[in-house]
Amino acid sequence: MKYMLLVYGAEEGWTEEERHQCMLDSMAICEELDQQGKWIASSPLHPVTTATSVRVRNGNRQVTDGPFAETTEQLGGYYIIDVENLDEAIEIAGRIPPAKIGTVEIRPLCPLPEVETQQ
Amino acid sequence: MPAPPLEDRMTRLYQQESRRVLATLIRLLGDFDLAEEALQEAFTAAAEQWQHEGIPDNPRAWLVSTGRFKAVDLVRRRASFQKMQPAIAARVEAIADHNADLAERQIKDDQLRLIFTCCHPAIDPKVQVPLTLREVCGLTTEEIASAFLTAPAAMAQRIVRGKAKIRDAGIPYVIPSEADLPERIDAVLAVIYLVFNEGYSASTGTTHTRPDLSNEAIRLGRLMLELLPDPEVMGLLALMLLHESRRAARLSPEGDIILLEDQDRSRWNRELIREGQQLVQRAFAAGNVGPYTIQAAISAVHAEAARPEETDWNDIVGLYDVLLQAGGSPIVELNRAVAIAMRDGEASGVRLIEEILDRGELLDYHLAHSARGELLRRMGDHEQARLAFTRALELARQEPERRFLTAKLRELKADS
Repeated sequence: MKYMLLVYGAEEGWTEEERHQCMLDSMAICEELDQQGKWIASSPLHPVTTATSVRVRNGNRQVTDGPFAETTEQLGGYYIIDVENLDEAIEIAGRIPPAKIGTVEIRPLCPLPEVETQQ
Repeated sequence: MPAPPLEDRMTRLYQQESRRVLATLIRLLGDFDLAEEALQEAFTAAAEQWQHEGIPDNPRAWLVSTGRFKAVDLVRRRASFQKMQPAIAARVEAIADHNADLAERQIKDDQLRLIFTCCHPAIDPKVQVPLTLREVCGLTTEEIASAFLTAPAAMAQRIVRGKAKIRDAGIPYVIPSEADLPERIDAVLAVIYLVFNEGYSASTGTTHTRPDLSNEAIRLGRLMLELLPDPEVMGLLALMLLHESRRAARLSPEGDIILLEDQDRSRWNRELIREGQQLVQRAFAAGNVGPYTIQAAISAVHAEAARPEETDWNDIVGLYDVLLQAGGSPIVELNRAVAIAMRDGEASGVRLIEEILDRGELLDYHLAHSARGELLRRMGDHEQARLAFTRALELARQEPERRFLTAKLRELKADS
């Protein structure tokens, strides 16, 4: 099953050194998962101040700064993995460095319906 | 003369086997709803075929095997007019040519897998208990709804939500790994104990007990113990058996509560007590005693006393001390305070209860006020006792408990 691990945390909660170490540790986990054929994609995200929101209403496209939710924990990165079941996803989520200070949300990817492909 | 009616034997078989067969079908099919449908079809097929051919030697194996083939049929039939989840379809096709392993051990493991699945920490705790009762114990949604005083529709929704979570989040049907087991056992034991307590001392409603729930909890406890001889599993089973041993003595024919010291001890079930005591000893011998074992040990001390005056309160206080060290709660403190009152006199108990209340804890817990009231009454302070019982009555939500407290208040009025 495919899962997305959404990494939430306080953006200010890190020293530069910690952030660097976190990247190295995360990359090591990705490397390991990749070798086992369980890694699909992952990336850290720039801070939420760089975010742009797009909405289309009545055919008009509106572009705004942010979403700027009222929460201290922001989405800071993601992993997409392909593992046996939720227990394995939980095990991996527990090893991701930001889990120690933030929250890792596990979401199963919803399989797309089988659509007749146009030849 | 017709043979003993097949219908009766089928009904009994359904009661005995349906949950076991379901657990195995869930493991094989990986889908709750499909397994339930396949189960129903297997029993329908059995009702027809067994009428002519008689009940087979191993009806369970027959039912599982038939259920598997019915599931394959169901999936193929559905696939013709709607798109089936490809993963399930592939799985069902794969098991169609596969022999189900039907060793006794395997069947029981399947039930245990199902308990761990229903009590997975990723499932909302409010959903875990009803889901376990529905899927593992086979209670109907209506029965569960009435046990928790909820509308059946709302309860059905909770159960559907739980099943959807298992399916969509990919919660596996496995007995957890050695490393995760301690944490996961705790969750299962907590659910089993909740089921038991809801049956032993229903939190709300007009009747005080629901024996069917308690019996299911004991059955689950036995099943857990058979597969995981962990000391705390022994402790929980012992605790439930020792409580259960007093069921006949703890309510009057009118449904009124009879306190432990007023119970007719000849009505305690000696067989359950013996089994409970043996389990406590086994748990202590295995070492690493936890809160369930200690509570069971306390219950065993009560069981040993032929008359209330013979109760070894010193032993009980000592066990409560251990329980507090192992991570107590205000309720444990309250129970310890009552034990101290019995050992050292009412005033010491009242002092300890007031310390808990002064900290702002248990203020809304009716038993804290009624225990304090009872101790004050015995000390002759009827005015304060009346106030405490009045507060307890305001908080109690269950009819028999309200009657008990009302009777206490009436008694106080008569005395003064």
